[in-house]
Amino acid sequence: MIQTDILIVGAGPVGLFTVFEAGLLKMRCHLVDSLPVPGGQLAEIYPKKPIYDIPGYPSILAGDLVDRLMEQIEPFKPGFTLGERAEKFEQLENGHFVLTTSKGTQIQAPVIAIAGGLGCFEPRKPPLENLERFEDKGIDYIIRDPEKYRNKRVVIAGGGDSALDWTIFLAEVASEVTLIHRRKDFRGAPDSVEKVHELAHSGRIDLLTDSQTTGLRGNGVLTDVVIDTKEKGEVVRPTDYFIPLFGLSPELGPLGSWGLNVDKNAIEVNTLDYSTNIPGVYAIGDINTYQGKLKLILCGFHEATLMCQSAFKRVNPDKKLSFKYTTVNGVNAF
Amino acid sequence: MDNMINITLLDREGVKHELKGPTDMNMNLMELCKAYELPVKGTCGGMALCSTCHVYVLSDHELHEQSEDEENILDQAFFVKDNSRLGCQLHLSDELEGLIVQLAPESEN
Repeated sequence: MIQTDILIVGAGPVGLFTVFEAGLLKMRCHLVDSLPVPGGQLAEIYPKKPIYDIPGYPSILAGDLVDRLMEQIEPFKPGFTLGERAEKFEQLENGHFVLTTSKGTQIQAPVIAIAGGLGCFEPRKPPLENLERFEDKGIDYIIRDPEKYRNKRVVIAGGGDSALDWTIFLAEVASEVTLIHRRKDFRGAPDSVEKVHELAHSGRIDLLTDSQTTGLRGNGVLTDVVIDTKEKGEVVRPTDYFIPLFGLSPELGPLGSWGLNVDKNAIEVNTLDYSTNIPGVYAIGDINTYQGKLKLILCGFHEATLMCQSAFKRVNPDKKLSFKYTTVNGVNAF
Repeated sequence: MDNMINITLLDREGVKHELKGPTDMNMNLMELCKAYELPVKGTCGGMALCSTCHVYVLSDHELHEQSEDEENILDQAFFVKDNSRLGCQLHLSDELEGLIVQLAPESEN
């Protein structure tokens, strides 16, 4: 089992900066994030957008800020468990927490800092009746192993890059590929758009534009997708798999059932130290709420800093904490 | 009142809300809805990156064209119609006086 001082749930900017502040106080950190790379929203949603309210940077691209934070925390050798969602935690007799991820990784720490931002990024699900009934019984939101679709019939819905890319890829693998898109035009990479049109022209795939999925049929497993098309009216397409690819949207996810006080998808904290109602569990950054809360990276950095002071007392009950400036002491790497 | 416009908003239950929005505070319709505590999430904070402020424009106002970002995200949204817009991309200005909009259904994840 991984052991650390502060277990940080969420590797966005605030989670990353926590490593620095904790490191100054000689506490080690381990970060867990459902995304495969550090950076959270900054990496996943807007890496190329400039941010203008980071002190000292008149303008910095979100992706660059993540790189700088990674550089800043490097001396403190944080551990990372990426691509795994924090599922649940339990408390041991000695007061330490053991967190278990979606892949079964276990991490033990006396302090948990939830820096979960908007929550976990989950695939966006189309509003279709019976959708849940066919999940994993013909409906996949994420393609994990393309071989699964070899010589199978596949219907893909969506108009973004991932829908286009997978259509092109699966055209070589599946026995039959149908791509459904709500509009006539695609906004994906021009090369991909062209390739999809070529595949449709040569009959390798069936391209249904100006079309929407309206129904799902099956008996236990999915057998047909009902599609409303502008050209041919209602089309019933027999299929083995339906893969809706509509991007990701953030959800509070399992955090919602951790026994924390939650108000409108945010965790209530005490602004003294950003502690939650569970002693030893803190919440910082966009995921917390309190009177006057502003969802700003810069406020999250402040919250992380104060939180570490409080966490120190839990990690080192017998030690005295003295406040020091980095200008005086520098950064002492682990 | 100076620098104020009137917007009528129908919520998802069809209840009518009369909103007054300032045109001199660099606000958009999503922010105005949040200020009125209407059920608009505005998850991404107005960067045209989610579609939680999706509205239908019911009046025949001439609105500015959709930016590529807005088109992109509406492309991936659900319940999209010809009159769909993102509230966060509708900046409160005199041209929007008398605008009538309806909140689009929320897509439950």
